[in-house]
Amino acid sequence: MEYQKYYVPESSKFPIFAAFSLFIVIIGASSTINSLDNPESNASLILYTGLACFLATLFFWFRQVVKENNAGLESAQLSQSFVYGMAWFIFSEVMFFAAFFGALFYVRSFAVPWLGGEGEKGLANMLWQDFEATWPLINTPDGGKAFVIAAKSMSFPGWENISHWLPLYNTIVLLSSSVTVHFAHLGLKKGNKKTFNIWLGITVLLALIFVGLQAAEYYEAYEHFGLTLNSGIYGSTFFMLTGFHGFHVMLGGLMLAVMLIRSVFYGHFNEHKHFGFEAASWYWHFVDVVWVMLFLFVYIL
Amino acid sequence: MSSVIESHHDDHHHGPAKGLMRWLLTTNHKDIGTLYLWFSFAMFLIGGAMAMVIRAELFQPGMQIVEPEFYNQMLTLHGLIMVFGAVMPAFVGLANWLVPMMVGAPDMALPRLNNLSFWLLPFAFGILLSSLFMEGGAPNFGWTFYAPLSTTYAPPSVTFFIFSVHIMGASSIMGSINVIVTIMNMRAPGMDLMKMPLFVWSWLITAYLLIAVMPVLAGAVTMMLMDIHFGTSFFNAAGGGDPVLFQHIFWFFGHPEVYIMILPAFGIVSHIIETFSRKQLFGYSSMVWAMLSIAILSFVVWAHHMFTVGMPLAAELFFMWATMLIAVPTGVKVFNWVATMFKGSITYETPMLFAISFVVLFTIGGFSGLMLSIVPADFQYHDTYFVVAHFHYVLVPGSIFSIMAAVYYWIPKWTGNMYDERMGRLHFWLSFVGVNVTFFPQHWIGLAGMPRRYPDYALQFADWNMVSTAGAFLFGASQILFLFIVLKTVMGGKKATPQVWEGARGLEWSVESPAPYHTFSTPPKVN
Repeated sequence: MEYQKYYVPESSKFPIFAAFSLFIVIIGASSTINSLDNPESNASLILYTGLACFLATLFFWFRQVVKENNAGLESAQLSQSFVYGMAWFIFSEVMFFAAFFGALFYVRSFAVPWLGGEGEKGLANMLWQDFEATWPLINTPDGGKAFVIAAKSMSFPGWENISHWLPLYNTIVLLSSSVTVHFAHLGLKKGNKKTFNIWLGITVLLALIFVGLQAAEYYEAYEHFGLTLNSGIYGSTFFMLTGFHGFHVMLGGLMLAVMLIRSVFYGHFNEHKHFGFEAASWYWHFVDVVWVMLFLFVYIL
Repeated sequence: MSSVIESHHDDHHHGPAKGLMRWLLTTNHKDIGTLYLWFSFAMFLIGGAMAMVIRAELFQPGMQIVEPEFYNQMLTLHGLIMVFGAVMPAFVGLANWLVPMMVGAPDMALPRLNNLSFWLLPFAFGILLSSLFMEGGAPNFGWTFYAPLSTTYAPPSVTFFIFSVHIMGASSIMGSINVIVTIMNMRAPGMDLMKMPLFVWSWLITAYLLIAVMPVLAGAVTMMLMDIHFGTSFFNAAGGGDPVLFQHIFWFFGHPEVYIMILPAFGIVSHIIETFSRKQLFGYSSMVWAMLSIAILSFVVWAHHMFTVGMPLAAELFFMWATMLIAVPTGVKVFNWVATMFKGSITYETPMLFAISFVVLFTIGGFSGLMLSIVPADFQYHDTYFVVAHFHYVLVPGSIFSIMAAVYYWIPKWTGNMYDERMGRLHFWLSFVGVNVTFFPQHWIGLAGMPRRYPDYALQFADWNMVSTAGAFLFGASQILFLFIVLKTVMGGKKATPQVWEGARGLEWSVESPAPYHTFSTPPKVN
């Protein structure tokens, strides 16, 4: 087998632009957050400028990689580097969610029961002796002095109310989107671009529906149940887990939408070369698996 | 499209670009390795200067030169800068320089990402250091930033700290993905996994650890951010959370992190001992398996940092035994290094001096770690200077000596010039004496009960603190000599041969010294 040269760009402006714009982003984000109670602060302008620069850099960077690919600079070995790179990136995302799931399991198995007086460290109950451990934790140990007690949780409401339970619809939407993106993949592998475009379009649509339903659920939580970030550890874990998941859905949906645009308007991808799409679909399946875990551990159990 | 073609047609056979742009825009693994190494050295000097402030304050009991508030900031920044700014980037720099050459690759697998990984760091540390000038001062809660010190009682600059940690983490994750992909995908034909140089193996495992735990650190600081500014209660028992949860999450990151800072050192020392003993390394495959076992065990020992926090007895016992288990693979490595030297034709050039003292002093740090792992004993040692002595023994004559050894060992390959051997040995002996005078007495004052992290102490600890401070200034000053030696070598010196060292083996020694700007554009043959 003949050796194909591994493409190493001689130099690139993108990374330094990306690093510098992230620098602006974190200065902006920190200043904005530190001046949340100051309505006259313009710090968010720094944040938005940084974000705009960062997104623009990413756009041109990815465009360049696509161009290089189309110009035939990518050897099989370079494509393999992208495959490994994406796989390990997804692994790092898995570990990010693991931190939040770990926090959830810890408070549910140890911290909350101990505060309620059960278990080996149950003497924690002497802090707030009226507190009874329950999950979902609605009444905070301090009896709502520092935190706002919610009216109800987002957990499984019982079989009789299941038809009003938004997370169930979210689950159906997201699980079907994993299937539709797989159909798109199958179509592409057969070289059928039309099937690919249709199924991918449906997937992007389902992503949008999911985000819409999630927004509706948050609205319901905040407006009707009084469940907020400030509702103690149940609200904290609920919003952080579902929030980061929702953010990842938006990111994955954006990736798939870019792939759809590339396919429909620029005619990219064929049955042999389509790792850009595959990487996005891997990410999508990952987001889906996280949701299954969320549905199980945050909503049902 | 034309720009793509243009940038491609003349590639690979000319040297580096000129001026500042070379360093800003570079995609070359050797350039980026150099950037990492210089950055790490600058951070080493800044973090070292902070250590000097700390030791100067502790020269005598009573408050001498700084306010307690500022002392806390120095303590915190010293730890953060040395861990994230000095040791880790130095190892990434070495990986950049060496891994592609050792596996016979033309460059790192993702060259542009490599540049981004580096350039995030100066920005992140610029922000962290600028917090010294912010209202309320720099972070003052120790490098482990336990809640609620780092949440309820933190200065406003904690927000900047949180985001700069995010950026450091992103840099580490991208750098590690690059290393893993390079090792998995870019090896020359014939370079099987079990033929890889041990430094490459050590980095493969380190990179895996980094990708596994840096996101967890990101999760921890994110929860802090939410607790401080958005009303969540992850680390607040009044809302049903738990401050101890912070310690669990932090040390789930933190313990693998300490192996991240030592595994590459294992790789470096294995190469150096092999070369200067003029023998094949004893027990190559057991070295690989030992590193793998250490890496896996590192995920199940984290709570040995928290024995006194109030954990159930079963947890204390589990983490005690699991921690002791790590001594087994570590012992395998130490015995293998000694067996490699056994009956070797040893010469004592500077890298070998550093490597041998690594083996001895790292082992001392390992043994004090074993003492700390015993739960009932740890109740006495916890948060004393014994702990400070322990982790400085594994980090300074451990990680940092290995980095210095690596610089002396490979600098002829990087610059084409030999360093001044006499000055190198002088640097070694000054550092060796300095480090032991600094940290060995801390074992005693720790066992006698001196708590860590205070700017003042009881009178009975005065003598050894004075000795320790004298040692610290000796060690600090001898690093200026190191800077001088490195600069002198970069400027000129006796020309190095391609092999440099008589007993050196490996692909990096098969190319000229200095190594050409592009090595192995077509893969070499590996036997």
